[in-house]
Amino acid sequence: MKTAAVRKQFTSLNQTLYYLDNAATTLKPQAVIERLAKYYAEQNGSPHRGAHRLSILSTQLYDQAKVTVANFVAAGSDDKVVFTRGTTEALNLVAAALPDNFLQKGDNIVITITSHHSNILPWQRLAKRTGAELHYLYCDQSGQIAEAELAKINDCTKVVSLPYVVNGIGAIHPVKEVVKRASAVGALSIVDAAQAVGHIAVNFNDIGCDFLAFSGHKIYGPQGIGVLVAKNGALEKLNPFNLGGDMIEYVTEQSATFAEIPTRFEAGTQNVAGAVGLAAAIDWLAELGFDNVYQHNQLITDQLYAMLVARHDIEVYGPPAGQPRGSLVTFNVKDVHPHDVATILDSCNVAIRAGHHCCQPLMAYLKTQATCRASVGVYNTAEDIAALSFALDKVQEVFA
Amino acid sequence: MLDQIYTQIIIENSRNSKHRGEIEQPTKVERGHNPNCGDDLTLMVKIVDDKISDARFIGSGCAISTASMSMMIDLVIGKTRKEAEQMAQTFLAMIQGEALTDDDRALLQDTVIFESLKDMPARAKCGTLGWHCLKVVVEHA
Repeated sequence: MKTAAVRKQFTSLNQTLYYLDNAATTLKPQAVIERLAKYYAEQNGSPHRGAHRLSILSTQLYDQAKVTVANFVAAGSDDKVVFTRGTTEALNLVAAALPDNFLQKGDNIVITITSHHSNILPWQRLAKRTGAELHYLYCDQSGQIAEAELAKINDCTKVVSLPYVVNGIGAIHPVKEVVKRASAVGALSIVDAAQAVGHIAVNFNDIGCDFLAFSGHKIYGPQGIGVLVAKNGALEKLNPFNLGGDMIEYVTEQSATFAEIPTRFEAGTQNVAGAVGLAAAIDWLAELGFDNVYQHNQLITDQLYAMLVARHDIEVYGPPAGQPRGSLVTFNVKDVHPHDVATILDSCNVAIRAGHHCCQPLMAYLKTQATCRASVGVYNTAEDIAALSFALDKVQEVFA
Repeated sequence: MLDQIYTQIIIENSRNSKHRGEIEQPTKVERGHNPNCGDDLTLMVKIVDDKISDARFIGSGCAISTASMSMMIDLVIGKTRKEAEQMAQTFLAMIQGEALTDDDRALLQDTVIFESLKDMPARAKCGTLGWHCLKVVVEHA
């Protein structure tokens, strides 16, 4: 993969910018921006209603985008794709739409301590709603879940939900094994793949989970579009989520029946531009070659990790060298608060994330309040890592 | 921009604040928290005869939040609740971008060093954390 040619497709990189905040959101290539513009200029219509050509065209584009997404994560032809606003809404959809009687007092929901808040709060609410308990699988300092922890998934477990790649510290969970364990006890399994797609090969069929969620904007697509992939039959376990236009069959004054699955879960005029833009982003990645992209991200992440670990002023969190790691490294500059680090880095044109990364329980468990996180995308090079290193020297100068 | 905010006085006040620690039997304790960056500071104030006789803080936060808290405490010890409230209002207005009069500058003294935060939206909350705590304390003491 020729990174120089890739970089030319990102107008954001025309300025001096060392963008290492890709786990939060990626920059957008010209191909995606132009696709969005083309949709709105020439193809915009209200999908699934109206007999005119633009309505029909937007319906076709929306449905094609679902096929592109399903192929991207190797979902089967019977599996279903529901578009959402993002990973957060996809996880909320499943938790909110599970019927009250899906869980009873004494049942439990199992999630990992490594979860993003969007994989914690919806389950907290479901537990409160049904009287079930919320249990955690705990990890070691590197973010790995010990096999003994999996025994917490027992006959009373009805739901198991976990991240594939941990956004807080970059660990990669053995989702296939956990899902297998969940299936063995008859529990519903959900995988948050927001930090996995675009970085490692995600194979929905091979993982075997009931639901898998990810966001468009973290893989070079537009913000405001996300995906819930559902195994054939899984959506049947859910009540409708949002109610309104397009998701109905018949409506009378006092009652309603609902549309077929998966349309039942897509109320209101859908984000066709987002879906089309996401499909364009996936097509763009496919042109680069998915394996090339994954290898590139891994290579630059290795350089990032090696640079940080070699510095005596830095504490690095997550998997040690040689263990699988997503395209991000979480760290702290000793005796300097992450927000001060991020501000000084910004003055050196280096963009990273500072804070608790929406995983306060994990940060509390690891006994840290906040950290810095640098994360890699398809356009990053050794030059970005060098710029980060230089900027970290600047932090030391300021706080000397 | 960086030189204006990460000055020696701010770094010194954040690292070696003489107001760090707890006070026994405080009149009022107020915890301030910036959930998105992890600043978590608690202001403890002792009020005797309507005057702030002592104030200290505990917790962890960035250089800007802790230095601002420390320099605020420097300023308000010995002041009445009303005077402290006036200072808090003036400081918060400064961060919101309101122009300072000479009287305002005299009132805020060294804490005007944080004026440049008005152009740093990502860090404004750090600089105002302690002042928000103080406002609650003096309004409800």
